Amino acid sequence: MAETIKKATRDGYADGLLALYEIRGDMVVLDADLAAATKTGVFKKAHPEQFVDCGIAESNMMGVAAGLAATGKLVFASSFAMFTAGRAFEQIRNSIGYPHLSVKIGATHGGISVGEDGATHQCNEDIALMRTIPGMTIINPADAVEAKKAVVAAAEIDGPVYMRFGRLAVPVIFGEDYQFVPGKAVNMREGKDVAIIATGLLVNEALTAADILKREGIHARVINMHTIKPLDKEAVVQAAKECGVVVTAEEHSIIGGLGAAVCEVLAEESPCRVLRVGVQDTFGMSGSAVELLSRFGLDAASVAEKARQAVKLK
Amino acid sequence: MEDAKRRELQILACKIRMGIIEGVYNAKSGHPGGSLSIAELLAYLYGCELRVDPKDPKNPGRDRFILSKGHAAPALYAALALKGYFPLDEIKYLRKPGKMLQGHPDMKGTPGVDMSTGSLGQGISAACGMALSAKLSNESYRVYTILGDGELEEGQVWEAAMFAGFKKLDNLCAVVDHNGLQIDGAIEQVMSPQPIDKKFTAFNWHVIKINGNSLDEIEKAFAEAKNTHGKPTAIIAQTVKGKGVSYMENQVGWHGTAPNAEQYAKAVEELNRELAVLEA
Repeated sequence: MAETIKKATRDGYADGLLALYEIRGDMVVLDADLAAATKTGVFKKAHPEQFVDCGIAESNMMGVAAGLAATGKLVFASSFAMFTAGRAFEQIRNSIGYPHLSVKIGATHGGISVGEDGATHQCNEDIALMRTIPGMTIINPADAVEAKKAVVAAAEIDGPVYMRFGRLAVPVIFGEDYQFVPGKAVNMREGKDVAIIATGLLVNEALTAADILKREGIHARVINMHTIKPLDKEAVVQAAKECGVVVTAEEHSIIGGLGAAVCEVLAEESPCRVLRVGVQDTFGMSGSAVELLSRFGLDAASVAEKARQAVKLK
Repeated sequence: MEDAKRRELQILACKIRMGIIEGVYNAKSGHPGGSLSIAELLAYLYGCELRVDPKDPKNPGRDRFILSKGHAAPALYAALALKGYFPLDEIKYLRKPGKMLQGHPDMKGTPGVDMSTGSLGQGISAACGMALSAKLSNESYRVYTILGDGELEEGQVWEAAMFAGFKKLDNLCAVVDHNGLQIDGAIEQVMSPQPIDKKFTAFNWHVIKINGNSLDEIEKAFAEAKNTHGKPTAIIAQTVKGKGVSYMENQVGWHGTAPNAEQYAKAVEELNRELAVLEA
C-alpha cells in the first residue's frame, strides 16, 4: 500500500495562487497579518508586487477588496474563517455580496481542527453565514489538490467565492489529473445501503468509514460535496432515491452547513431520513486537532457509527 | 472663482436641493438633512472636479466618487441626473419597488454609482481599494469619498484611515460632511469624534478645514488635495445640515424624515425663489 501523503488544504491555497498567477498574472492577494498561517506568504515571496498586507483590520480589508474588484481587479482576500466570515460578515454581505463583486475569499483555519488555539479561533459557523448571502459560491475542498484546483476555478466563477481551507495536514486523495468542476459533486465510492455526503476533511474520514462498513457488509456511497453553494441538488436527490437514507458529514455546526443544506433539498424534493455528523451546536476547545476530531465525533469511527444507525432506519 | 462659474455652480447646487426634496417627498421617507448639507460639495464634484463622462459611465480611467454616507443618496441621485446619467424624472420614483433609485446607492442598478454604500464606514474602505488599484496599475484616476461626521464613530473608518495614510494614497480625497448632527442628537453629545482634524493628521493624512457650503473654499481645497503628494487628504467641511430649506436647517429631526405636503410646498417655494434670484 502506497504511503499516504498528508498536506493541509491551506497549502493547496498557496499552490493554487501560484498556479493561477502563472495563468493570469494579474490578481491581487490581500491578507490581514496572517500570511504565514494562511500560506499567502508563499505567494507574497514569489510576487511581492501583487500582495498587499492590510494589517489586523479585516473589515477594512474586505472593503479594500471590494474597491479593487470594482476597478476590475481579481482579488483574493485572506484570513482565518473566524475573521473573514465571522468578523467581517457584514462587510462581505454589503460591500462584496450586494454588488456581486469578484472577490475570492480564502478562509483558512476553518472548523475545529484549528486545534490548540481553542474555541475563539475554531469557526464552525462560517458556511452557515456565507450560505445566506445571495450569489455567494462556497467551496470546501477535501484535500490540497482539490484546494489548488478550486482556487484556479474560482477565478472563472462570476462574483464572490468563499473558499474554506483547513490548518491540519490531511491525506491527499486526488491525483494532479483530477478535474475539479464547481457545483458538481464527486462520487468517491459507489454503494446503495446508505449515502454519506461529506465535505472538507470529512471526505477522507467518510472513505475510511466506508471501508469499515464494507467489512460489515454495508455498502456506503460516498459523495464529496466540495461546493456547498450552489449545492448539487441532483446528486443529493439521486443519492436519497437510490440509497434511501443519507448521512451528512462536515467539520462545521450541524446548523446551517452542509447537513442543513442537504436536509432543505430533501425535505422539499425527496424526503428521507438524514443523520448529521457535525459539531453539535456547541463551542470547541483547546486540544490537538486529531483529539478534537475524535472527541467531537468528526472522525471515521463516528461517521461509520452514524451510517449504521442510518441503515437501521430503513 | 469667477462670478459666472460660481453662479453656475450655485444654480446646480440649488437644483440638487430641488431633486432631494422632490425625491424624499415622493418617497415619503429618506434623509433630507444630510443630503441638503452636501449640495455644494456634489455640485463642485460633478460640475468641475470629477473626470467622468455620463455617456461612458464605466470608463476604467474615470475618477471615482463614493458616497460613504450612503443615506445622502437623494443628493447623489440628483447630481447624477443633472449630469446626464439618467432622466431627472427617475427621482420621483426614489425608493419605489422595481425602480432604479434604491434607498441607498446600488452600483449594479444605477449608472454613475461607483460603489454600493449605506452601511456606514464601508465606503471609505472601498475608496481605499480603488485608490490602491490605481497605484498598483499606474493609473492616474483619483478617488473621492464623502463621509458623515457621525459616521466617524464607526471603527472601520479608522482602519481605513490607517490604511490610506500608511499606503500613502495621495490619489484619495475624503471629505467629512461636518454638519454636527446625527440621528440621536448633536455628535458632541451622542459620541464625539472630536478632534476630527487631529485624528486624521495622526493617521498621516493632509487635513484641510473649510466651510463646506462655500464653493470657493471647496475649489481651493480640492486643488490643494490634488497638489498634495505622499499623503491622502481629508477635507473637514463644516456644513449646515438641512441647508437651503429654512425650517430644516440645523434641525436634528430632519435627519431622516420626509416633508408633508405643506412642508414640501414651502421647501419648493424657497428653492424656486433662490433659483430665480440666481438665474436673474
